[in-house]
Amino acid sequence: MTGINPAHAAMPPRHALAVLHPVKVRAPGRLRLRAWHGLALAAFVLLSGGAADAAGGPHQASVFAILVKWTPLLFRGFLFNILISFLSMALGTALGAFLGLGLISIHRWTRRASWSVTQFFRNAPWLVLLFFAIFLIPFQIRIGSVVIPLPGWVKAVIGLSLPVMANVAEIVRGAVASIPSGQWEAAESLGFSRHQQIWSIILPQCVKRMLPPWMNLYAILTTSTVLASIVGVSEVMTLASQITAAEGGRTDILTPLYGYILIWFFLYCYPIARYTVRLERRFAVKI
Amino acid sequence: MSDAPTTTTNATTPAEGEPIVIISDVHKSFGNIEVLKGVSFNVARGEVVCIIGPSGSGKSTLIRCINALTPFERGSIKVMGTEVHDPALDKLELRRHVGMVFQQYNLFPHRTALQNVMMAPIQVLKQKRAEVEERAYALLKKVRLEGREHSYPGEMSGGQQQRVAIARSLAMNPEIMLFDEVTAALDPETVGEVLITIKQLAEEGMTCILVTHEMRFAREVGDHIYFTDRGVIVEHGPPEILFSAPKDPRTQEFLGQIM
Repeated sequence: MTGINPAHAAMPPRHALAVLHPVKVRAPGRLRLRAWHGLALAAFVLLSGGAADAAGGPHQASVFAILVKWTPLLFRGFLFNILISFLSMALGTALGAFLGLGLISIHRWTRRASWSVTQFFRNAPWLVLLFFAIFLIPFQIRIGSVVIPLPGWVKAVIGLSLPVMANVAEIVRGAVASIPSGQWEAAESLGFSRHQQIWSIILPQCVKRMLPPWMNLYAILTTSTVLASIVGVSEVMTLASQITAAEGGRTDILTPLYGYILIWFFLYCYPIARYTVRLERRFAVKI
Repeated sequence: MSDAPTTTTNATTPAEGEPIVIISDVHKSFGNIEVLKGVSFNVARGEVVCIIGPSGSGKSTLIRCINALTPFERGSIKVMGTEVHDPALDKLELRRHVGMVFQQYNLFPHRTALQNVMMAPIQVLKQKRAEVEERAYALLKKVRLEGREHSYPGEMSGGQQQRVAIARSLAMNPEIMLFDEVTAALDPETVGEVLITIKQLAEEGMTCILVTHEMRFAREVGDHIYFTDRGVIVEHGPPEILFSAPKDPRTQEFLGQIM
């Protein structure tokens, strides 16, 4: 090997050969919560509050003083939102797990019925479902001599759990479908019954895959709990409008007030979103 | 093979010399494509049968019909006296006697090697945990995986995983083992360790039906070789005859290409 092979010499330099470049597939930028979103929100509240103060003059109470004054009440309302989100998620997940199992049933009619229910509740607007729950569920149930009252917030929990149920069902179905068919075959050839195959072999492998979308769903549900204000549950949004009224209907506090509530939602949802991303990364490699 | 009410579930010990698997005129189609066009052969107890042939000749489909993983349209397969082609077949009962090992191992990734071996005897056969555990250790030792009992499948090489899969099947105490191209997905250096394990089983008298591309291995351990092509058995015979003096031109061509 003396001198340069003319064939090689004629080749473009190594870095220009497309095939030699490491392939880096960039996922199209997914919309995710990021830390600067929170900072932007905080800056927005400060700016709008400051602007309102500057425009209002000395005879009005400062917007920030109002926010501080009402914080304990707002916070109680916010905790109510969290409570509604917890309960809806728990109820929706329990129902959705059943529905999801229905979607993978070997009985055709179970599968079809589950599919219809899933599609209906997944595609109906959440607010419409909430209205249905509020107006169709009686305000109390009488069982014998026991009267169980159903206040608005219980109805809201039920109403919000319906879309959660349908989405969880779809998450279950998707996770089961993502398990390689060889797992079913191996389980089958070892004599496991269908029931055993699902519960001891397929579903345990699904849990990991279901966790990220499930947490995502929870974050969406949390932000949707404010819908309950429309049906008269005294959660954070209802309280916010009551506070506005109590402050004499000052319109200049609206922007900082709602911005302030947004920050709380951000503080609650951001860690969930971060953790979901981490889980997704971990499982993306290890499956 | 009359319709006499033979006690099928207890027919685990057919008379000496009677075939343990009787395959007759099996037809199977996927849509319009007929992949099995009337396949028949018998397997005697303790016999090691190798099925060879080009890709798409229906080898894997045939072996999957034997333990009812794949249903077939026409014909009959009798495993230890039980008719597989029967809508009322007790599949679980059949699979307790027929073990299967797959090309892709199909170990349960969320369980350790030991747990993989123990799951079926505990859950399906309802055996006592302590006994099963003892046997599982012994089986993993037998496939030379001592010390890897608590590894997860993802932490093992292909050859190791495949040996766990063999141990997992053996834990059910099957009388027949089906091997579906079990070395096809392995790195060349790990093929040997899996083949040694299968050979050991064969020498212990296990009835084995193998679909394989390892011709040297088939020649070494096989008692009888079936060459299939396009859904039919073209030629069969003991390995020393089939490999050295194939009669059919299709067999000659196939062996010529591969060896």
